[in-house]
Amino acid sequence: MDTAAAAASAPEADTRREAIRVEDLHKSFGNLEVLKGVDLTAHQGDVVAIIGGSGSGKSTMLRCINFLETPSSGKIVIGGEEVAMRSDGSPANQKQIERIRTKLAMVFQQFNLWTHRTLLENVIEVPVHVLKVPKAEAVARAHELLNRVGLGGKEGTYPAYLSGGQQQRAAIARALAVDPSAMLFDEPTSALDPELVGEVLTVIRDLAAEGRTMLLVTHEMKFAREVANHVVYLYQGRIEEQGPPAEVFGNPQSDRLKQFLSSVA
Amino acid sequence: MTGLLELLGLGASAELLSLSGWGGNLLRGLANSLQIAFGAFGLGLVIGLFGAYGKLYGGKVTRDLLAIYTTVIRAVPELVLILILYYVGSDIINKISAAMGGGRVEINGVAAGIWVLGVVQGAYATEVLRGAIKAVPTGQIEAAKSYGMPAFMIMRRVTIPAMMSFAVPGLANLWLIATKDTALLAVVGFNELTLETRQAASSTRAYFTFFLAAGFLYLMVTLCSGAVFARVEKWARRGQPSLKGGAR
Ligand SMILES: Nc1ncnc2c1ncn2[C@@H]1O[C@H](COP(=O)(O)OP(=O)(O)O)[C@@H](O)[C@H]1O
Ligand SMILES: [Mg+2]
Repeated sequence: MDTAAAAASAPEADTRREAIRVEDLHKSFGNLEVLKGVDLTAHQGDVVAIIGGSGSGKSTMLRCINFLETPSSGKIVIGGEEVAMRSDGSPANQKQIERIRTKLAMVFQQFNLWTHRTLLENVIEVPVHVLKVPKAEAVARAHELLNRVGLGGKEGTYPAYLSGGQQQRAAIARALAVDPSAMLFDEPTSALDPELVGEVLTVIRDLAAEGRTMLLVTHEMKFAREVANHVVYLYQGRIEEQGPPAEVFGNPQSDRLKQFLSSVA
Repeated sequence: MTGLLELLGLGASAELLSLSGWGGNLLRGLANSLQIAFGAFGLGLVIGLFGAYGKLYGGKVTRDLLAIYTTVIRAVPELVLILILYYVGSDIINKISAAMGGGRVEINGVAAGIWVLGVVQGAYATEVLRGAIKAVPTGQIEAAKSYGMPAFMIMRRVTIPAMMSFAVPGLANLWLIATKDTALLAVVGFNELTLETRQAASSTRAYFTFFLAAGFLYLMVTLCSGAVFARVEKWARRGQPSLKGGAR
């Protein structure tokens, strides 16, 4: 049977495999309810841009997905596997969380490279020690990845001696080294000097083009519009509006989104 | 030179300090002191690491117990602690031995010294390491978590290496304190450097010679330790641009 025809015959039903599903996610810090019931699904190859004002809960949502924050309630399904949660939202099975985390590579606003390790050591750390890849293999792959993000020759350098843009590209190489099924970017360019933003966006654009699944929290609206196939607008812990970039950016429905877009434009 | 030595009454010093005589005793005392200092420092580090993790991440009971431990040990003078820990320790061991039908147990001086000073060092090390762990940027640990590292691996691969640069200066101090605290063990009759010196001095009446020699030995220990710790600190600070500027 012709697969292309099959795919074309059912354009409505999404037959691609699901990568990340979040259902009715709530998160409170003490009395402050930061997420008030978020639902989100990303399929393989999706680039989901998450936009919203400061404090709207974007980081918290991303961090709940790999349990850097413990959700208050809700359901999280990664690659079809539901994360077992206790009634208080804490992970019931730490081993499961650790296994799932190795498939979700996170890229942080502040890079968070390990400062006492060289770039090469940063990139091979998780493959060698967590995934038990033979060291020689991990090193060869790390060289490839560092080359790919434009850091060939910097293998032996410590992060503190590099610019923010270089550090963030190294952090992306570290993320790629685990061969993740999805990548979580939390404002990857917000801590960078304006002239360094471009080099990082170029790398991310490349990854989107090769079909990587990504959740991307960003303030770069132009970029989001260009690389994302789905845009989510978060307002005070709820998804206020979502859809294809052309709709969300070209024809916003809610006043809040209109206001937000005009404020960041 | 000879005249000066005569003047100070040190003419016979060289002879007195010969290795086959009292000088040898002093060196043996030094060896004992260093052995205890090493052991106590090591034990202190182990206690300190558990103590620091317990204080930072332990439950309420753990934290309370550790607070009592560090407060009491740091409040009571070391000399008093040594007397308490030494006599209480040997008493307990003898009671256990008696209960099991044994006789009096000869307490091994080195082991006792290590245990006593190690418990003291542990209290200070707990605080040094707790501060150092807290100084590690949370992002480093979060990154490790987010890539699926189990807790123990995070401690081994990320937290401990990253905290070293904050801990080394404090630990260097603790080591020097350990070498000097061994002198306090003289009160329980342990043959470390200070006791050997006192014995040599009172037997020969050459107080000045022997205490000067002992002071010199302690000074050498300090100087060598300083050199070693400078290297350790340099290693621990790898990856951090020098404060003096001029990266690399
Ligand atoms: N660990 C925390 N403890 C208490 N409040 C927090 C914590 N983390 C985030 N918050 C609060 O949650 C809200 C949402 O934060 P965040 O998810 O970081 O927003 P965003 O990334 O959209 O700017 C903010 O009001 C923030 O102050
Ligand atoms: Mg944020």
